[in-house]
Amino acid sequence: MRYLTIFGTFARACLVRDMTFRANFLLECLTSLGWMSMNLAFYLLIFSFTPEIGLGSGWSKEPFFAFVATGLLINAIVQALFMPSASELAEMVRTGGLDAILVKPLDAQFLLSMHRFDFSSLANGIVGLVLLAWAVPRFPTPPPAVAWLLYPLLIACGVAILYGLIITLAAATILMGRNQSLYDFWFYITNFSRYPAEIYAGPWGGPLRMVCTFVIPILLVVNVPAGTLARPLSGEAWGMVGVTGVAAVAAVGLSRLFFQAALSRYRSASS
Amino acid sequence: MSSGTLAESGRSGRGVLTSLHIWWRMLVICLEERLAYRSDFALGTLMRFLPIVTQVFLWTAVFAASSRSDIAGYSRDNIVAYYLLTMITRAFSSMPGLSGGIARSIRDGSVKKYLIQPVDYVSFLLASRVAHKLVYYAVAIVPFAIVFVVCRSYFPPAPDSLTVLAYLVSLVLSFLLGFFLEATLGMIGFWFLEVSSIIFAYMLLQYLLSGHMFPIDMLAGIPTGLAGISLADVVRWLPFQYTAYFPASVWLGKVQGWELAGGLVLEVAWLAAMIIICRLVWRRGTRRYSGFGG
Repeated sequence: MRYLTIFGTFARACLVRDMTFRANFLLECLTSLGWMSMNLAFYLLIFSFTPEIGLGSGWSKEPFFAFVATGLLINAIVQALFMPSASELAEMVRTGGLDAILVKPLDAQFLLSMHRFDFSSLANGIVGLVLLAWAVPRFPTPPPAVAWLLYPLLIACGVAILYGLIITLAAATILMGRNQSLYDFWFYITNFSRYPAEIYAGPWGGPLRMVCTFVIPILLVVNVPAGTLARPLSGEAWGMVGVTGVAAVAAVGLSRLFFQAALSRYRSASS
Repeated sequence: MSSGTLAESGRSGRGVLTSLHIWWRMLVICLEERLAYRSDFALGTLMRFLPIVTQVFLWTAVFAASSRSDIAGYSRDNIVAYYLLTMITRAFSSMPGLSGGIARSIRDGSVKKYLIQPVDYVSFLLASRVAHKLVYYAVAIVPFAIVFVVCRSYFPPAPDSLTVLAYLVSLVLSFLLGFFLEATLGMIGFWFLEVSSIIFAYMLLQYLLSGHMFPIDMLAGIPTGLAGISLADVVRWLPFQYTAYFPASVWLGKVQGWELAGGLVLEVAWLAAMIIICRLVWRRGTRRYSGFGG
């Protein structure tokens, strides 16, 4: 409860800051929407050349746009809640600013991952909802009620997996001192989750798909919630739902352990 | 002020030597700074290939489902080769942190040290970028070589020596054009306190219009409303294509003969225009800039 109140205070302060620079906030929303529109235009361009992505994969235009919408929703939550704070960490470690966080009577992981809230990132989430509302009624078969029940839970699992990845990278930052590349790594690794898992096929794609599903479970993040809506819930699909739940718990738990271990090895860079 | 000092010293032969010495010192300092974080740098280089992997699988899936052998004049192998070649162009033309760094130095006042020292800020930044790129190429040549050897089957036979020369020229020009485009963008900081959104908007536009996202030829079927002019035609007049598409298409033989010569002339024209604009913006910006305290 105390942490919720503190988080509310952080969010309010960030909203005040954003509203102080309203033009910049509006520009941030617009650029965020611009990036999303560019990607949507790219996908439309792709669908002008092909009826689906991957032969027999079932990711035709509408299911694929539901996939994209799911990705937008999950990324909007992650970008709004965690990324602005985590992206400052590298500089804090380098300059010794992390010390100020550690002496505060609050959990360091909470402070480092949630002290900033980026409201402009929510714009993409809203577009994600609109896109989902457009795509789902155009599915060949409508999703069953159980899929709609699972969907928000799986979105939460996707967010948890990404949060685990952010915290792991944050821990690596503390250990390495400077790791701008590891934040690039975050961008590049999440890039794998932007497309359906079925595209990773063949002698190279198969193993890559396995690694990105069971080792760094990035392919579960969007594929499983979107697949739950877009495809019938077969035995294999239920299995993947289970795997996603386990991966989410493991991602949060293991990253927490890693983060604590990294903090215990932290040596201040200041004075 | 600082450029004036350099201009004055350039009047004599000794002045030229002094200028060269300053340039050399700037280059050495920047090389040392870059090499201090070499493991970070090496890791970053490897990571940059990851998005290409996704693109290769995506386009393989698109070709498999479409049962076409050709999309906008590109076979699947062509597309893979194109994306790999744009990686080389981006290694020359991308300027990570340049615009943001300039804007930050204006905001936090650190730019004023360049106004009182006999060092031209733009020259210093250019030397810094040359150093950055030299270190980058020294580190990146290994992963680049590995990827290109592994993927050699995607490439058509190597072009003739004249085309290779034109390709190399277009790469060097893309470095300079990329530098002056982004340096000018960073100087918007003289007029606006918060420029991160403007920089991000530029990056988006650049990503789309440079051909980094997909070959510009794919826009050939999209009309602009003007008779006989497609969106691809419009994009080919802009400077952005030189920061990804143009060199790659030269190597792949998509641009040849007079079209290639015309493309290079336009690239030089854009570079000249951006150098002038950059200098003008710097002059205007420093005139309205005021710094106080330490």
